[in-house]
Amino acid sequence: MKVELRDPNVIMKLSRLGSFHQSKLSFLRSFLSEFKDWDYKRDVFNLDKDGFGVAVYSFKKKERVYSLVCFANKINDDDRSDRVIATKWDAAFTLHDGVPDIKDIERLKNEVPKQEVGRLSYKELTLSRANKSVRMFNHVVESLSNGSQPNLELLEKVGYLYRTTAVYGSGKFGLADRFRIKNREEINGPFRLEMMLVYLVRQFTFDQVNHVAKSKNPKKAVKLDPKICKNLGIGNSTGLGMAPFIVNHPTLLNNWIFCRETALKKIREIKIVKIQDSELFKSCVRNSIKNITSWNTESEYQLKKINHLLRDVRKFLDFVENKFSFETDYPFNKIYLWLEKEACEECIEYIVSIMMEPFGEITEPLIKKMSSDEEKYFNIPTNRTAGNLKSIIEAKYKNILEIDFEKQTNFKKFWFISKNKEEPRLADRFEEQGSELEQPLAIARDIKKLYNKLLSTKKTLRIDKFLNENSDLRHVVRRAFIIEKFPYSEIQDNTISENIVPIDMLRLKLSFFGALKFDPRSDKWLRICMFQGAPLPNELGDYDEQWVYKSHS
Amino acid sequence: MKSLSEIETTSKRASRAMGFSWGVAEEVAKGIRLLEFFGLPGIKNLNQYYKDRDNRNYENSKIIKKNNKPNKLPYCPITLGVSFLDQIKKIEKFKKCTFQKIAYPILFLPFLSRSSEIIGKKLLFQFDKNEFLLNFNVNISSNFIRKKFPSIAKKIEVNFLDNKDSFTGTEWKNLYKLSEDTFVEETDSLKQGAAGAGLTDND
Repeated sequence: MKVELRDPNVIMKLSRLGSFHQSKLSFLRSFLSEFKDWDYKRDVFNLDKDGFGVAVYSFKKKERVYSLVCFANKINDDDRSDRVIATKWDAAFTLHDGVPDIKDIERLKNEVPKQEVGRLSYKELTLSRANKSVRMFNHVVESLSNGSQPNLELLEKVGYLYRTTAVYGSGKFGLADRFRIKNREEINGPFRLEMMLVYLVRQFTFDQVNHVAKSKNPKKAVKLDPKICKNLGIGNSTGLGMAPFIVNHPTLLNNWIFCRETALKKIREIKIVKIQDSELFKSCVRNSIKNITSWNTESEYQLKKINHLLRDVRKFLDFVENKFSFETDYPFNKIYLWLEKEACEECIEYIVSIMMEPFGEITEPLIKKMSSDEEKYFNIPTNRTAGNLKSIIEAKYKNILEIDFEKQTNFKKFWFISKNKEEPRLADRFEEQGSELEQPLAIARDIKKLYNKLLSTKKTLRIDKFLNENSDLRHVVRRAFIIEKFPYSEIQDNTISENIVPIDMLRLKLSFFGALKFDPRSDKWLRICMFQGAPLPNELGDYDEQWVYKSHS
Repeated sequence: MKSLSEIETTSKRASRAMGFSWGVAEEVAKGIRLLEFFGLPGIKNLNQYYKDRDNRNYENSKIIKKNNKPNKLPYCPITLGVSFLDQIKKIEKFKKCTFQKIAYPILFLPFLSRSSEIIGKKLLFQFDKNEFLLNFNVNISSNFIRKKFPSIAKKIEVNFLDNKDSFTGTEWKNLYKLSEDTFVEETDSLKQGAAGAGLTDND
């Protein structure tokens, strides 16, 4: 039986993309899988009694070494902020390519804590900073120093000791460009080094909290139980900075979604599912309910989504355990069709993610296809005709063409880059100044404009001639020829409408990172947790691949 | 040191700020990234060109012909470059084309480099006694090393080089003969057993 890939016009809608969840394809999981046989080491740990100082952690295999250099600094409570406007953080980190020497450490000590206003070199691969969850950190220090383990209920609510507020890579602030490292086999997957940084930061937070507790009360202090460590991750606060990325990297976006869709298609095409595979699937769904019920958020929007998800996952579990037999042919196809009919978008995508769990042989080869050589598709095929272009738009942007951009509500918002922090922002075109400096992120509106222009253009006119007179549409002409080859390269929605929920764009990206516990703090930023339940570095040699569904908090 | 990613982003934004469309700004940014990657002073010249544009006008060329002469003002290297890139399949047929007065000719180079890749031919770009060989967008070789790029090139020639060998038949033969010394003379038994297919395949 041949199953078709799902329709981009459905899947690439923002509400659907904002319902995606982590899966076996997620970058933090593929990072763990790739680095499981590397040697992990804590090379330097020079912290004072309060936990301030320098630490270095590394992953090594043969001649290749990646070193996380950590700088923990004292800051005032007033300076601690998750917002991008902050200038001081509890800790700052960089992933160094190789083993840093003393000179490197001295150089980095001056630059890394400055973050965006510091300068890194081609020897550094990623950059980040993080703030303590002060309440959590102090509680853990207090408990450990008194010889007891912390309150699990409190830990469960938060899920981490530190929150990162940005993770930079690919040439930002002088960091190494992607071209320098792209041929390394171990990083043949998107954001792998960013994931490594976050993973090692997690270990630093455990080591630091143990160190501070021990310094406080050397005789009585105990170490944080590794089982508790395992159930702690790293928090992350994410704002709009992430949103333009998925618009600005169309072929990369396509490859992420295409791999997910291909995995689903292949799973639906499996005629006979082995009993151990169906049991693994069911146990992951069952265990995951504990995860859903542990998500804490005050956001009404997210609470509603979680409640719907929980209701539908329970309904699904009842169906799959009591009313469904895996002994039928193509069971996952039948399950998928049931979901389409009976479950909300969030639940459909949630179960689609879990369907991948038993099928490493399907997901493994796809992970290697999730990067993109974007340069290859940059040139516009100018020997094509206006007629070709019009046909592509009609076929690929069907729903976009139905949007009426004469209506103010459909172009109420605009994206811009703030002068203060050079970060993307979203504002009301009719109430705020600056829309004349709008960023080219209103793809739906510009595609519609291009289409309207093509309606009055001779079909046989070549694109080079069309561009001569329509330079303002060049960026969308390029995109239309990209989507012809890459069906999932475009968000099939209006990114400047009055009703846009920008966190849908963030959630899409974060789900591919492997984030858990989406906790929107507004429609423009959210908190998440990464690596919660993941094996600790010393357990990487042999770990349970379904760890994500087995965390206790 | 600035990364190529920073160079590309800043060039794109600066080009947009100069009034180019976002699509053209993207082309400029790719070009400046390419120049800096090849070790050529892209940022320096783009910066100077944008400063000059505040006080001077330049001619925008939309259609590239075999011989191109601006009416009065020098050609803008960016609009000329974008037109060249867009029309490359047509221009290729000229085999050679000439231009008079191109401002900041270095900014025209990346468009030629990318054009070379699109048509799969090397391009030779010459002005005065300076030569640049554009090799399929893989590299740019030149006799113009460590000199200051002019703000205007007066007479420019672009030649489309045929894909042909750079060596003589004799030179090839000699080398090939030498390479044969790595081959094993086939005996009858090797002929029978060392190859995959049969000696006759008439079935």
